[in-house]
Amino acid sequence: MKHVKTLNKANLKESAVKGGCGECQASCQSACKTSCTVANQKCEHTK
Amino acid sequence: MIHKYKQNGYNIVLDIHSGAVHVVDDVFYDLLDEVQPPFTADCPQTVLDKLESKYNKKDILDAYSEVLNLFEKGQLFSVDDYEKFSNMMVASPLKAMCLHIAHDCNLRCKYCFASTGDYAEGKRSIMSAETGKKAIDYLIKYSYGRHNLEVDFFGGEPLMNFDAVKEIVLYARSLEKEHNKNFRFTITTNGVLLDDAKMEFINREMSNIVLSIDGRKEVNDRLRVRVDGSGSYDSILPKFKKMVDMRGHDQYYVRGTFTKYNKDFAEDVLHLNSLGFDQISVEPVVSDPSVPYALTEEDLPEVFAEYDRLAQIMIERRKSGTGFNFFHFMIDLDQGPCAIKRLRGCGCGNEYCAITPDGDVYPCHQFVGHEDWKMGNVYDQSLDAKMKDRFASATVYGKEDCKNCWAKFYCSGGCNANSMQYCGDILKPFKLSCELEKKRIECAIMIKAALAE
Repeated sequence: MKHVKTLNKANLKESAVKGGCGECQASCQSACKTSCTVANQKCEHTK
Repeated sequence: MIHKYKQNGYNIVLDIHSGAVHVVDDVFYDLLDEVQPPFTADCPQTVLDKLESKYNKKDILDAYSEVLNLFEKGQLFSVDDYEKFSNMMVASPLKAMCLHIAHDCNLRCKYCFASTGDYAEGKRSIMSAETGKKAIDYLIKYSYGRHNLEVDFFGGEPLMNFDAVKEIVLYARSLEKEHNKNFRFTITTNGVLLDDAKMEFINREMSNIVLSIDGRKEVNDRLRVRVDGSGSYDSILPKFKKMVDMRGHDQYYVRGTFTKYNKDFAEDVLHLNSLGFDQISVEPVVSDPSVPYALTEEDLPEVFAEYDRLAQIMIERRKSGTGFNFFHFMIDLDQGPCAIKRLRGCGCGNEYCAITPDGDVYPCHQFVGHEDWKMGNVYDQSLDAKMKDRFASATVYGKEDCKNCWAKFYCSGGCNANSMQYCGDILKPFKLSCELEKKRIECAIMIKAALAE
């Protein structure tokens, strides 16, 4: 496309159907204990 | 829903419900102000009339057909059909635990949300190894089929009770095989008591470590002080350097807090990087707005400008091969968490809990000291199922201010403890945190756009 560059192939909707295994890290167990940030966490299956 | 913004010369468009991220030119960007579903096959004349003073007709028509194309592929104006998942969010197994191994600390950091270690309970105490082992039993019991279990040794200062840490780790390891569990331990420390033996144990057993230091000496020593008021920087820095070297610079964060006193916090991030650390988190203070170091709404323009500056510097560093990680700008647009995880975020009170030295169970470390939120005890293995259900259903669709917010799948509804403490309700997000988080997301995505060139 001439006017658009899409940065990712991710589709959250597909992940909703397949996701939710609950094995990934809880966000407050990484660096943040005060400011919830979730989108920077990893999916356990793509490590 | 879409969200679009301009930053650092990039026009960025987020399609919220698919997660797609687009970098677009000016005509496409402006066209999005004029069109939305349902679309007609041809670009409406009224839209052409409005944009033709600025762009030529062919470009407008081309951009329009690209809007249609992305819409048909489900990457623009995609439909919000997550509420059905949200309604299915029942209580999950417990899988992560914050062990308050010491409600005591050898520093007196002035901004400490744990009231310098005692969590405003008025007594300093340490957790016995017995209580810690009961907590491990509790976690195994309530984790049901979950395989990966996380235990963070937290305080206060956990190194003040390191013998218990060791005993609890060895106890948990001894149960892994029998119960088919994989324990991942982490520790958050101020570093004062770090020595070679502790470093060796931590590096062997802990999957991640968080080393608390605020940045420049004068910034760190203003608030991170000892009992006698003296600064901690000079004594902790060599230990942190040694520890990170021993870990091979892997799986750690140096973590600082910024306040109203250092709104130029990018300098602290850069200072930490100049010391050889490349995994850095510097986060805004969480505090009552009335205290002198609190960040308030009036500080936001300066803080935002500083995030912009830091993002710009990080792009330059990355391009020159001297990049580093800043926790809040980390984002993986392709392999991030699934939408189910994003619906309710941190999992506090549901998947995650905190245990006090007495063995009381709270929804998370920030709820400790708020007696009304006590939800069980490891000795009698009690767990308040009603309260757990309440947290399990606290999704972005259960929070009025979140469900129509563009950032909902990035922040996942924010920090429930902040919401409770500053808005009186876990379902009412704390606006200041929201504004900071939205700015950080915009910066993180802009960095991706810049590095994709």
